[in-house]
Amino acid sequence: MIVLALAVAVLLALSFFADHGKTLAGLKKGAKMFLNILPALLTVLILVSVFLYAVPAPKLTAWLGRGSGWTGVFSAALLGSISLIPGFIAFPLGAILVRSGVSYQMIAIFITTLMMVGILTLPLEAKYFGWRVSILRNTLSFFGALLIGLLLGIFL
Amino acid sequence: MKNRITATLKQYGFLILFAVFMLLSYWLPFTAGIAIGKNFLMFFLEMAAILPLMFILIGLFDVWVPRERVIRHLGPEAGAMSILWVVLLAMLQAGPLYAAFPVAALLWKKGCSVRNVFIYLGAFSTLKIPMLAFEIGFLGLKFSVLRALFSLPVFVAIGYLLALVLKNKEFAVREPG
Repeated sequence: MIVLALAVAVLLALSFFADHGKTLAGLKKGAKMFLNILPALLTVLILVSVFLYAVPAPKLTAWLGRGSGWTGVFSAALLGSISLIPGFIAFPLGAILVRSGVSYQMIAIFITTLMMVGILTLPLEAKYFGWRVSILRNTLSFFGALLIGLLLGIFL
Repeated sequence: MKNRITATLKQYGFLILFAVFMLLSYWLPFTAGIAIGKNFLMFFLEMAAILPLMFILIGLFDVWVPRERVIRHLGPEAGAMSILWVVLLAMLQAGPLYAAFPVAALLWKKGCSVRNVFIYLGAFSTLKIPMLAFEIGFLGLKFSVLRALFSLPVFVAIGYLLALVLKNKEFAVREPG
C-alpha cells in the first residue's frame, strides 16, 4: 500500500518534471473517470455494507465449518461468490478456521471464489463489460475457482 | 433541463437516501443503521486509499503510453509473451477487483486484445503481490504458492475462452459516464 503510494508519487513527480501540460491533462482524465464511476461504486459499497450486516463475516465462515461433502463445497463456493470481503479480513478468518479444524479445501474454495467471482459487484462490472459478458466471466470464474479449490484440497 | 435533473436524481437518489438513513440512524439512535454505517466506512476507506492512486496511474498511462506500443505488446497480433506482460502488470497492483475494471477499459481503448484484457482481470483477482504477501502470512507459503500455480492456467484458459466466444461479436469495454 505504502509502496504503491510512493511509486505513484515518484511517477507523478517524474511526469510533471518531464511535461507539465501532459501531466495535468492526465490527472484531469483520471479524475473525470473516477468521478464518472463514483456514484455507481458508492451504491455497490452501500449494498455490500447492508449485506455484511445481514450476514456478518464470522457467521459466514462458521457455515463453512459445518458443511461437508459436495453440499459443503457448493455452499463454500456460493458464499465466496456472493460476499465481498477485503483480503485483510478474509485471510485472518481463513487462518482461524484452519486452526479450528475446517479443511484447507473449504478455505481454498471460499477464498478463490471470493477473489474471482463478484456477484454483488456485477452491476459495476456490467457498466464496463455489459451484462452478458460480465455474467459469462463470472460463471466461468466460478467453475474455475471451484476447480482450483478442489485441486488444492488434494495437495494440502 | 428536466431530463438532466431526472438523470442526476437517478444517479444520486440512492446515495442521498442512504445519507438520510445514516443521519436518522445516528440521531435516533438505530443500532442496525449504525452497524451498516460502520461497514460502509470500512469499505469506503479501503476504496479511498486505493482508487485515487489507481486513477492517477490510469491518467498518466493514458497520456504517456502511445496506442501503437500497447497494440504491439498486448494487441491481437502480440504473441504468448504478451500474457506475461499483462500478468506482471496486474501483479504490481493492489485493491479490490472493481479497481481493475477502469484499467481494463483503458487497456482496451489502447488496443489490448480481448484475451489479454480478461487475463489481466484474472491475474489482478488472484496474483496481486500485496495480497499474496498477506495470504502467505496467514495461510502459509505452501497454500499460497499452490493456489497461485493452479490459478494461472485457469484464468489464462478463461481469457482464451472468452476471446473465442467474443470473436466476430461486437464487443467493447466501455468507460462509464
